[in-house]
Amino acid sequence: MTRLGDLDIKIRSKNAGPFWITADIFCQTSPVYDRLCASITEHLIAACLDVPADSIMRFEIEKLYVLKFSIPRPDIQGSRTDRDMHGAQLALRLAEIEIKD
Amino acid sequence: MTVKILVPSGVLGLGFSTDALTTGLLRQPDIICIDGGSTDSGPFYLGTATSKYSDAICRTEWKQLMKARDQLKIPLILGSCGTCGTDNMVDHIYDMTTDLAAELGQNLTIARIYAERKNEDICTAYRDGQIQPLAAAPPLDAEKIERFSHIVSLAGVEPLQEALQAEADIILAGRTTDTAVIAALPLMRGMHPGASWHGAKIAECGAFCSSHPATGVILLEVDKDGFTVEPMAAGAVCTPHSVSAHMLYENADPFILHEPGGYLDVREADYTALDERRVRVEGSHWVKTDPYTVKLEAASLAGYQTSMLAVIRDTHYIRNARIWADKLVQICTDKTREALGLHPKDYDLQIRLIGVDAALGKWEQTITTNKAVEIGVLVLITADSQALATEISRLVNPYLLHLPLTDNEDMPTFAFPYSPAHSERGAIYEFGLNHRMVLDSPTDGFTVKLDRV
Repeated sequence: MTRLGDLDIKIRSKNAGPFWITADIFCQTSPVYDRLCASITEHLIAACLDVPADSIMRFEIEKLYVLKFSIPRPDIQGSRTDRDMHGAQLALRLAEIEIKD
Repeated sequence: MTVKILVPSGVLGLGFSTDALTTGLLRQPDIICIDGGSTDSGPFYLGTATSKYSDAICRTEWKQLMKARDQLKIPLILGSCGTCGTDNMVDHIYDMTTDLAAELGQNLTIARIYAERKNEDICTAYRDGQIQPLAAAPPLDAEKIERFSHIVSLAGVEPLQEALQAEADIILAGRTTDTAVIAALPLMRGMHPGASWHGAKIAECGAFCSSHPATGVILLEVDKDGFTVEPMAAGAVCTPHSVSAHMLYENADPFILHEPGGYLDVREADYTALDERRVRVEGSHWVKTDPYTVKLEAASLAGYQTSMLAVIRDTHYIRNARIWADKLVQICTDKTREALGLHPKDYDLQIRLIGVDAALGKWEQTITTNKAVEIGVLVLITADSQALATEISRLVNPYLLHLPLTDNEDMPTFAFPYSPAHSERGAIYEFGLNHRMVLDSPTDGFTVKLDRV
């Protein structure tokens, strides 16, 4: 298994309005991009974040070698239970996802 | 024919390079556009109708932009005044502007565009079926609408164009979409609709779409076929990658951007490097939708909060921090019931362990408590009144200081960083609308007010 953050990538996450959070995985090379497209599915993200798979939006952006996920925020931005107003820490959790070698 | 738009930065108050602004002015732009707001800092600002940014900083930047405008005698637009774009924030920036105009000896036509909506009007629209939920919208009913402290609708280009046609020198808009502020003039002059909206999206964060995001200043040139984007700071470059990647930023969908009256579709957009620093984009489409809708934002009071902070340095407690924190919540919940007669649903008591999982919560999977030197214990108490939240904090106080892990060990004393141990955080707010509203016309409910000063 390989930790996603150890690959040749950059990940960022941010609010997309108060009700959504979006994460962009920028791959530096085509082989890494192809590998991530094949391995990081809605179901993997859903299991990792404990959200329903059918609520996740997933985009493969080949021109940029970017894999993008958007999920409804489990805690609405700024609500009593929200822990990260700008949503940027999700990227750090995604970097810890393990994918098959 | 082209329309040149100078965007000094992503938001007024964030700062920009003065040299880059000077360079931008030498390019003879047709207009200067900047955004003043966002929901990104949370519901407090809309809830209280206040600004996130320093007034002194905004005033300094605004003065620079007013001087820049006067130099070229071109219009200057500020969208979403004062972070939240409420009516009082538009008036606040108006007062700042008239004050600066007197100081600078400028005679100006100033347009104010108001975007706030009355609760009763939104209630009526809701009952008439004119308000539709967007994806992941929270539940809504008439009673909830009545409780919103402020509601704003995000204006499209039309109210801005009304002010431009009235030859306003400065336009101070309430809540608008970030893009509408930039797209208003090129669309009014018949430039390519897809390019006008797409270029606006690329330029709305200033130089974020370039190699030097902190320099701020971007020049957007829109024509009948597409747009060209160029950073104004020395050494900064835009590349097809940096420009197209900006469509991902803060957008749930990287290809479709919903705007008042339609949506932008960039699936067929082609990004080409004109040279080392400029990027040309063609092939984006604007699709009109019927009926015309605008997005709504609202915030309501969510209680009053008191917080406490303690620091654990004792390794024994660091290793058992979660167990200790759960025990503390249990004891305080029981005590609150006994002493104050309150059920847990009547208030909210949370402990966030800084050094364990304060940022990620249930998403955290790394166990670091055996290695941590210290752990911050952040206690958040929310209740219907400030007095009650603070009363509960006083009840929590001795346990936060002295609660032993088990009954047969010495009572610890943790570090309290200040006295009093509690801090009253005041009223807190929550966002309540992720909906769009059908309008009879694009300017319906947006009032444009002109003044000559």
